[in-house]
Amino acid sequence: MSPLVEIRNLSKVYTRGRQRIEVLHHVDLDIPQGDFLALMGPSGSGKTTLLNLIGGLDSPTEGTLCVAGRRIDQLGQSELARWRASNVGFVFQFYNLLPMLSASRNVELPLLLTKLPAAKRRSHAAVALELVGLADRATHKPGELSGGQQQRVAIARAIVSDPTLLVCDEPTGDLDRQSAVEVLTLLQRLNRDHGKTVVMVTHDPKAAEYASHTLHLDKGTLVEAARAADAAAS
Amino acid sequence: MKYLHLVWSALFRRKTRTVFTIISVIAAFLLFGLLDSVRDAFVGAAHSAAGASRMITTSKESFVISLPTSLLMRIQAVPGVSAVTYANWFGGYYQQPKNQLIAESVANNFFDLYPEMKLSPGELHAFHATRAGAVAGASLARRFGWKVGDKIPIQATIFPQKGGSNTWTFDLVGIYHVTDPQLKGEEGALFFNWDYFDQAAAFGGGTAGWYIERVANPKLADGVARAIDAISANSDHETKTESEDAFQTSFASQFANIGLLVGSIMGCVFFTLILLTGNTMAQAVRERIPELAILKTIGFSNRSVLSLVLAESVLLLALGGAIGLAIAGVAVGGIRAKLGPQIPMLPVGKQTWLLGVTLMVLIGLLVGALPARRGMRLRIVDALSGR
Ligand SMILES: Nc1ncnc2c1ncn2[C@@H]1O[C@H](COP(=O)(O)OP(=O)(O)O)[C@@H](O)[C@H]1O
Ligand SMILES: [Mg+2]
Repeated sequence: MSPLVEIRNLSKVYTRGRQRIEVLHHVDLDIPQGDFLALMGPSGSGKTTLLNLIGGLDSPTEGTLCVAGRRIDQLGQSELARWRASNVGFVFQFYNLLPMLSASRNVELPLLLTKLPAAKRRSHAAVALELVGLADRATHKPGELSGGQQQRVAIARAIVSDPTLLVCDEPTGDLDRQSAVEVLTLLQRLNRDHGKTVVMVTHDPKAAEYASHTLHLDKGTLVEAARAADAAAS
Repeated sequence: MKYLHLVWSALFRRKTRTVFTIISVIAAFLLFGLLDSVRDAFVGAAHSAAGASRMITTSKESFVISLPTSLLMRIQAVPGVSAVTYANWFGGYYQQPKNQLIAESVANNFFDLYPEMKLSPGELHAFHATRAGAVAGASLARRFGWKVGDKIPIQATIFPQKGGSNTWTFDLVGIYHVTDPQLKGEEGALFFNWDYFDQAAAFGGGTAGWYIERVANPKLADGVARAIDAISANSDHETKTESEDAFQTSFASQFANIGLLVGSIMGCVFFTLILLTGNTMAQAVRERIPELAILKTIGFSNRSVLSLVLAESVLLLALGGAIGLAIAGVAVGGIRAKLGPQIPMLPVGKQTWLLGVTLMVLIGLLVGALPARRGMRLRIVDALSGR
């Protein structure tokens, strides 16, 4: 079986005026379906850049990128937008919820792009909130929720349209220990019980332990692929 | 429609700022509603079916200069003229100088040419039979509580009577009604017999202020007008004949070019409004860049982000504009009820709303365009990392 994400010779170069910043150098990487991968590395090593490429938020300068058998490295902006809507869920360090909308309205957002009628959208959002343990907070605005709760709302939003792939950029970077554990356990459950493939960038070795394995990125190159002890996570 | 809550919540993200902006939109459209009702009264009142076939002949120099009555027979003889009458301006007020009246002395057949002013045959007969008889428009009569049979003392501001008295007392013998809402403004006048004025006035008698002709075929009006004016060519009383629309507009332009005046005031108001709402929209989008980036991340297309921002600015204008025009409607209604319909204001009608809504949408799109383009073009990865 071919991997869910297949990366070959992937490079990303940013140009700022005259300056060329080569952020990723010829990265090769396979991520199997159902994996929970942690990406670690020093700040500025290109983790976010790689994650954004995998999630189709940006396009590589060179190389190929296949997700679920589809080449996404050459899609245009609007095709990528459509692809993201049905294939990827995003979780960010700072939750990025819309502050004026209730939790359930935030979770419902991705469904606005589908043909689902309002009642269906509402009930799907309710199921997703239930899944992250926040059914009782559906009408709360982000400002009325703790950081951990906001991040769980963001996770509900990421999974509500049932994508195969979840990409998380330092999802616990802004959380206290207790909330971090809740979020990580939730991601683990989504991976194990719901078959989501999770790619998570993190600074925190303790967070990485929840993944099934960890890769390290240094100056734009994957340096080491250490199998994390599954035992440590469970 | 399913995006309405998104647009709405974005608009009221900063309540105070949005409320203040909406208040200025309300003020602008309130002013627009009031001024447009004034302009409509000058321009729109002339659009009648009767008006199309009516022409007015005045002195070429100025409509305040009178014409000899001898012209009547000669105008009547011009081919294409099916009826002629004449009238004379009479400046005056009722009881207090602030109650200025539109009053005219008119020839016997005057009402034949103004079929939109409805008088009963009995009233018309009484008007002809009573030397000092007068008829008033229904709204004028209502304003002062006049009834048929009343004696109405009017203070002349220009023409005293032969004895030197400025008080002209008329017998109110009829009240006419105008049913066409477009012409409702014509209901504010007082008419009395030209013969009486001619005999009783210390000066100003023996002349016609202007002639009114009905042409058999409005399409040939231009030629008929030229033939009428040719009668007095090279005399000391050269004339200018125009269709009634043109006459009314030039009448208004004697005081001020109302349209231009209203137009430039509105231009200034809307210019300020555009700067103000444009600034609000620019700020609103600038501080929401990360949120727009998230929408794009989720899969909203560039086009839908563009539309969301445009919808937001149109909604901003439409909310304020609708409230402003509604207030203008109530205000104009109130002013007319208090001061009577002879003040040159028409109720805020469909036309004003149509123009207003068009302006709301256009200004909304205009001020939303740049912020919307910015939202559309933002690169997700840059916006998310605060670059
Ligand atoms: N849009 C961009 N334009 C220019 N340089 C960028 C851009 N995005 C990232 N970089 C640069 O690329 C490098 C890697 O960034 P990033 O992938 O965010 O690192 P990490 O997430 O590992 O901290 C950094 O030096 C950063 O400054
Ligand atoms: Mg990063």
